[in-house]
Amino acid sequence: MPILADIDSLYRRHAPRVRATLIRRLGDFDPAEDALHEAFAAAVARWPEEGIPDDPVAWLIRVGHRRGIDQIRRRQTARQQAHLLVPEEGEAAEGRGIEDDLLRLLFTCCHPDLAMPDRLALTLREMAGLTTEQVASALLQKPASLAQRIVRAKRRIRDAGIPYEVPDDAELPARLPGVLAVIYLIFNEGYSRSDGEAVVDVRLADEAIRLAQALARLLPRGEAFGLLALMLLHDARRAARQDAAGELIPLEEQDRRLWDRAQVEAGLAWLERALARTPTGPYTLQASIAAVHAQAERAEATDWQRIVRLYEALYRRQPSPVIALNRAVAVAMRDSPEAGLALLEGLAGHRQIVHYRLYHAARADLHRRAGHREAARQAYERALGLTAQGPERRFLARRLAALEVAD
Amino acid sequence: MKYVALVYYQERLIDAMTERDWQALNRECVAGVERLTEQGHFLAGQALQPVESATCIQVRDGEVLLSDGPFAETKEQLAGFYLLDARDLNEALRLASRIPPARFGTIEVRPVRELPPGDDRGETS
Repeated sequence: MPILADIDSLYRRHAPRVRATLIRRLGDFDPAEDALHEAFAAAVARWPEEGIPDDPVAWLIRVGHRRGIDQIRRRQTARQQAHLLVPEEGEAAEGRGIEDDLLRLLFTCCHPDLAMPDRLALTLREMAGLTTEQVASALLQKPASLAQRIVRAKRRIRDAGIPYEVPDDAELPARLPGVLAVIYLIFNEGYSRSDGEAVVDVRLADEAIRLAQALARLLPRGEAFGLLALMLLHDARRAARQDAAGELIPLEEQDRRLWDRAQVEAGLAWLERALARTPTGPYTLQASIAAVHAQAERAEATDWQRIVRLYEALYRRQPSPVIALNRAVAVAMRDSPEAGLALLEGLAGHRQIVHYRLYHAARADLHRRAGHREAARQAYERALGLTAQGPERRFLARRLAALEVAD
Repeated sequence: MKYVALVYYQERLIDAMTERDWQALNRECVAGVERLTEQGHFLAGQALQPVESATCIQVRDGEVLLSDGPFAETKEQLAGFYLLDARDLNEALRLASRIPPARFGTIEVRPVRELPPGDDRGETS
């Protein structure tokens, strides 16, 4: 039955926005979940005969809202909750309202009063529409633990009275970075897994890009565009990052013909829109750096001078040792390995950085380029000791073995 | 996805109920099943006779051993089960939380494990 298949794909596409509006109107997650399900059940029962309505989302919201109110009234708690119900709005008010509800839901899922793992789990399940089991497998957790996390996070939203709203213009600059951080964390969780090599049926990078696309549409801010550009440009290298055996290939050795040109173009277009808005935020700057790589036909043609300047701008906004580390590597590429090493030595005092695997991997690489075999060996070993991820470990081990051969 | 919700409670709590409360509980359970069925979540389920009606079977070295159950003295007894169709574990938990004995007993929710299909079906498509 083709209509049932259509309803299935409608669910995947529209359930989050129908749910988002129902949460606002019914005042809580659980009644909204019920109402959402009732609405889709009604669709399965009626659409095969009546045909799919012109505006299926509005239809689902209308039916879900009515059934949700019926349910709440029927239950004993109706008296306490009656004041929470938002009356049904006229059809005309719908369009924009539904879009705003998605945004409200995203800000609620990413609220700073929730622990970061709660924010990731809620955003993936409630906003991206993944199942508990898919989120659990993507985040390498047990479904039962993740399900409890979601239940407790929702209870916290209700009990702590976390508002279901988009922050106003005054508060938005402080709250938007939190939302962007959750989306970027989802992307990075998929892009470079922190451990294991689990193959999952969900690409977190795709989910993060979809979330950022929705955000860029709903909330046209420079940093929303910048984050989307950054992720598109990084993800475009996907096919070139690993060889057929799953071994990691560093940026300078990647076959750039394998980069997804269409995705690079899309990333550059979003970057252009981001740069048109001031002030230029950190995601836009990072996307600008990714764009320099994307636009270099060969690794040797990379404009390292521009990358150094971009890292300096980024460091002025976010003076973190990780950014200083990246800047040092860019300086090494522009000037000499020794120049980069000197900058890296200057970072050795940071407690965060001496336990950071990429710091030692960068030192190892620069010592290798400078021909300091023993120093390189020690740094590779240190980096290996701090790295859990399989492909990354094997990459470091290969580099280490290559040093020994050269002996 | 399919989930089983196993309903456990202390039978002595039920024994201590008035006939009216017991009937009300049963009506509530029936209404709950109707609602689950309407929503397409209910695949199967049954309430069970009290645990004193149980017979346990074990086969050891080809010998069938029968005994009255249950083996272990547990605080709560199995009182019924639901086979639910839910989108994911959180939906199954939400549905299970509405099963009336959840208020005084325990509902254990477990995803079903699909056994590998047998290869002797003889289908040749």
